Amino acid sequence: MEKIKTITRADMADVALGGAFLGTGGGGDPYIGKLMAEQAIGENGPVPVIGIASLDDDALIVPVAMMGAPTVMLEKLPRGDEAISALRSLEAVLGRKADAIFCIEAGGLNSTIPIAVAAAAGLPIVDGDGMGRAFPELQMVSMTMFDVHACPMAMADEKGNALVLNTVDNLSTEKFARVITVEMGGAGLIALYPMTGAQAKRAILPDSLSLIASIGRIITAEQTANRNPADRLAADLGGMRLFEGRVTDVDRRTEGGFARGQAVIEGLEAYQGRSLTLKFQNEFLLAEEDGTPAAITPDLICLLDLETGQPITTEQMAYGYRVIVFGLPSDPKWRTDHGLELVGPKYFGYDIPYQPIEDINAKN
Amino acid sequence: MFRIGVDVGGTNTDAVVMQGDQILSGVKSPTTEDVMGGVVDAVERAITDAGIEKSGVTAVMIGTTHFTNAVVERRHIARTAAVRLCLPAAQCLPPMVDWPDDMCEAVGGHFWMAKGGNEFDGRKISALDMAEIDTIAAEIGEAGIDTIAITSVFSPVSDEMERAAMARLAERLPDASFTLSSEIGRLGILERENAAIMNASLRALSERTVDAFGRALEKVGVTCPYFITQNDGTLMNRDFVQSYPVLTFASGPTNSMRGAAFLSGKTEAIVVDVGGTTTDVGALVKGFPRPASTTVDVGGVRTNFRMPDVFAIGLGGGTIVSAEGEPLSVGPKSVGYRLTQEALIFGGKTLTTSDIAVGLGLADFGDTSALTGVSPDHMQAVKAHTDNMLLNAVERMRVSPDPIPVLAVGGGSILVPEQVGDLPVIRPEHFSVANAVGAAIGQISGEVDRIFSLESKSREEALNDARKEATDKAIAAGARPDSIELLDQEDVPLAYLPGNATRIRLKVVGDMNG
Repeated sequence: MEKIKTITRADMADVALGGAFLGTGGGGDPYIGKLMAEQAIGENGPVPVIGIASLDDDALIVPVAMMGAPTVMLEKLPRGDEAISALRSLEAVLGRKADAIFCIEAGGLNSTIPIAVAAAAGLPIVDGDGMGRAFPELQMVSMTMFDVHACPMAMADEKGNALVLNTVDNLSTEKFARVITVEMGGAGLIALYPMTGAQAKRAILPDSLSLIASIGRIITAEQTANRNPADRLAADLGGMRLFEGRVTDVDRRTEGGFARGQAVIEGLEAYQGRSLTLKFQNEFLLAEEDGTPAAITPDLICLLDLETGQPITTEQMAYGYRVIVFGLPSDPKWRTDHGLELVGPKYFGYDIPYQPIEDINAKN
Repeated sequence: MFRIGVDVGGTNTDAVVMQGDQILSGVKSPTTEDVMGGVVDAVERAITDAGIEKSGVTAVMIGTTHFTNAVVERRHIARTAAVRLCLPAAQCLPPMVDWPDDMCEAVGGHFWMAKGGNEFDGRKISALDMAEIDTIAAEIGEAGIDTIAITSVFSPVSDEMERAAMARLAERLPDASFTLSSEIGRLGILERENAAIMNASLRALSERTVDAFGRALEKVGVTCPYFITQNDGTLMNRDFVQSYPVLTFASGPTNSMRGAAFLSGKTEAIVVDVGGTTTDVGALVKGFPRPASTTVDVGGVRTNFRMPDVFAIGLGGGTIVSAEGEPLSVGPKSVGYRLTQEALIFGGKTLTTSDIAVGLGLADFGDTSALTGVSPDHMQAVKAHTDNMLLNAVERMRVSPDPIPVLAVGGGSILVPEQVGDLPVIRPEHFSVANAVGAAIGQISGEVDRIFSLESKSREEALNDARKEATDKAIAAGARPDSIELLDQEDVPLAYLPGNATRIRLKVVGDMNG
């Protein structure tokens, strides 16, 4: 994988596509963040990307993100300076300036927003992220496993409100912040998990921006050549095609503030006569065939349009779509006991033990 | 009790006369520069062929690609004022931010952002400031713009601010016409605003065109009401289309698919519509075109209309074929409407797919003796190539392994073989005017797309409310109440929002009154 050194305006289309792929069905359409980044880069120039190895140990790294319902952000667009306002509030509390921006979530809308913020703030962005994909809650980041605290955390809205939170642990941060996003109109911009370069080297997942860009480039190149990108993505990323078929049922319901549900996919071509069930909670979390798991969170389950290879979100998914279900092993950090406690099947209410996607599918 | 369906295409204007389910006549006539001439000729001939009295015609339904073409070609677009009610939110991405430069130039790129807009639950982002609206009115007046698109944040949840701003602007600018985003699009402000701005920019053209259709029918001597078809196979009356021309976008492929369904009696099928230059392939589900899953670009502008999922390939009756001895190639260039001058069988010098079809005995027109220089081997090779192009396109749109039929329609459908892969091909009667038939059978619809709170009511009650609202809309648009049925229903719970907020999209259709 080629390491990305700067992100230019022209790179943003690929970044948004790669971000949609790693959204694993959730996280929102990266389109709005892409436009914001294109505009900010147009005004302030390309964003330098720092590899994790070249971070100064005492540099201050600050992740920024959107928190709340992506559907809201696609309707109530940001004023534009909310994230900077959150960043400045956090800097005021810490008594020092940030040296680099960081992307908390490599999938969905949050894959593109930090790039816009970095361009607007005139700061570099670190090549890495806290999830390697999208997850629904803010404590679900690798930093939680390495004792990096989400707080102090700053939240800002378009009206000029800026709040700073101090909570006892990262799960509490999630609970309080979630309530505030609702008061902010369903979504807000946040700056949190301030950390030093030394902490970041231990606690983050490396090379995520390079990965996003290269996934986007592969999808674009394969689409241009009229090929479905699944095969090349499998070969280049160590992923696998899990299933191919047509969506025949989508059952959605709201539980505990999340869009939960499941979709049934009836096999086509080589998968004819078989049926796969996808369970989701904003993101795809579990793929099962006849009650036997084919992929389990935190491993990545991505849905691609069968013809174009375009990533499909859980909200877009509808009866009749022809899709490829694509699986990708998660970062090894997620496969530890602590990682599985945060984002494994049990946390999401699926009473099954985690098994790595490679092991499950090697047996077949 | 007769209906007339008309399809105004880029090359031909087609017309059919129908009585109930019977097709009494179907004719093709070249489309004229002024549009009217072609309509007059086609309708007159269709009436004469059917042998009916003009006074017996109760409705005329017209499908047209005129407004799509205006956007694609950047012609007849009026300078438009885009007003967004959003501040302090949404400043970072102003109206038309992602438009192609030439389209932005065509509408003038004039926009204003003002205080206003709602939150997802109806709370105000900020109150409307009438002094600010008055200033905007003065600036729009000074710029000499008379068509205005108003978009407010979360207007699909509450359209109150769009209406209040319109009322105030109309007081100051009595001659202006207005497009409200809440009346056109769904959630997703950029896409909805794009549609509103394009709609506003097409209103003057729409008024001229709809008037021209009216005058054409008057000239023929047909005095009944007339309707224009929209992209979901349903109809709009003349006042409605004057206000909402964008809803005609992509109505052409919809009409040909609906017409093919009607003519063949099939409701699950792949439709292959072969024109002069391109072939559109789409899928029928329950007799309606399958909608596209992603956002659809119109002339480079992103919209979230419900559009039919169509795969187009560069193969038509006028497609140019490589000469014998050259490396085999088919298209995408076409002689288009000059087929009757340039094809070999019509005394021209260009080898086309129509020459091949005639040479192989699949069709009988033109002068076959002009084909003596083309060997049967070359013809077979070209035929194998075009068969393969069609097979790939059909497989792409196919939704299941079931052996559903392929419906071949359109003037160039002689190019479609008897079988595409394992699928049988049906060529319904009147196949060449399927799009005019699709227009003639258009239905009236009503649609709702809004966020409902399930705090105080059940999901079932919310769906019932939505169904009633859509039904009322359909009846107001001219549907017969007893014929209304649910076409499509979807509800998506919104993540993270309290009060069990759910987004319901729902559409009903009914037969036209009278």
